[in-house]
Amino acid sequence: MDLGLSHYLAVSAALFTIGVVGIFVNRKNIIVILMAIELILLSVNLNLIAFSVFSGTIAGQIFAMLVLTVAAAEAAVGLAILVVYFRNRGDISVENVDMMKG
Amino acid sequence: MAVFAFYLIAAVVLVSALSVIMARNPVHSVLWLILAFFSSAGLLVLIGAEFLAMLLVVVYVGAVAVLFLFVVMMLDVDFVELKRGTLRYWPFAVLVGIVFAAEIVLASVVGTSEMTTNFDASPGAETNAEAIGQVMYTQYLLLFQMAGVILLVAMVGAIVLTLRHRPETKRQNIAKQTSRRRSDAYELKDPKPGQGI
Repeated sequence: MDLGLSHYLAVSAALFTIGVVGIFVNRKNIIVILMAIELILLSVNLNLIAFSVFSGTIAGQIFAMLVLTVAAAEAAVGLAILVVYFRNRGDISVENVDMMKG
Repeated sequence: MAVFAFYLIAAVVLVSALSVIMARNPVHSVLWLILAFFSSAGLLVLIGAEFLAMLLVVVYVGAVAVLFLFVVMMLDVDFVELKRGTLRYWPFAVLVGIVFAAEIVLASVVGTSEMTTNFDASPGAETNAEAIGQVMYTQYLLLFQMAGVILLVAMVGAIVLTLRHRPETKRQNIAKQTSRRRSDAYELKDPKPGQGI
């Protein structure tokens, strides 16, 4: 049996599901939520690259690179917000994030 | 052989991804995340997308994961307290996961069209990096520039968010320095002999 597109799609789907479950499981811990988002973006990247390779077009790999850029930017800004939040409150529990709601 | 390697690496990817979301200590989560990225890069090498694989290692392991590790270790958070009571989230999370997986499987079963088997990781070029380089600076130049702008905005945003001016630290004020005059820098005293100032 040859290595096919469906192999990669299966892994990518499983990875995506794990990421989504991770967001729900670690609802209190925003650091792990960010890591789960990175997992989801990784699965999207795997999908894009697999389709790109197995259809013989390079555009998917370029797009995966852009997704990579956005993921890095998102991680940087998210962690910066996290650091500021921790500095102001002394903890990072997500439950109290809505304290400014009034 | 390639299929065997694929299954091995894919198993590592999935196990480490599961460990990311289940680890008690977020430091361990980050380390598992690094393993997941590394082995995903291995999966990409298997189908010949070497450039993206290396990029994944450089960007994710070299920058993002280190950033995560830095933040996790810098913040003094009681992770045991944070982990308490997460057990009751599991049923709902598993339910959501099953729904997601079912939707994906359903979509791929229903929407099965002829899968492309036009395998080519580097169309129109010798190597993968060459194929990407041929279009990145020509056809996708605007997207490439936009990626740079996004990174710049993210960098400025992260710096602005975390910058904090402490009043006790000494910092250089160039305007103040250059507007200093001799008259407010020192004055001449004429002490009498035998007396202090």
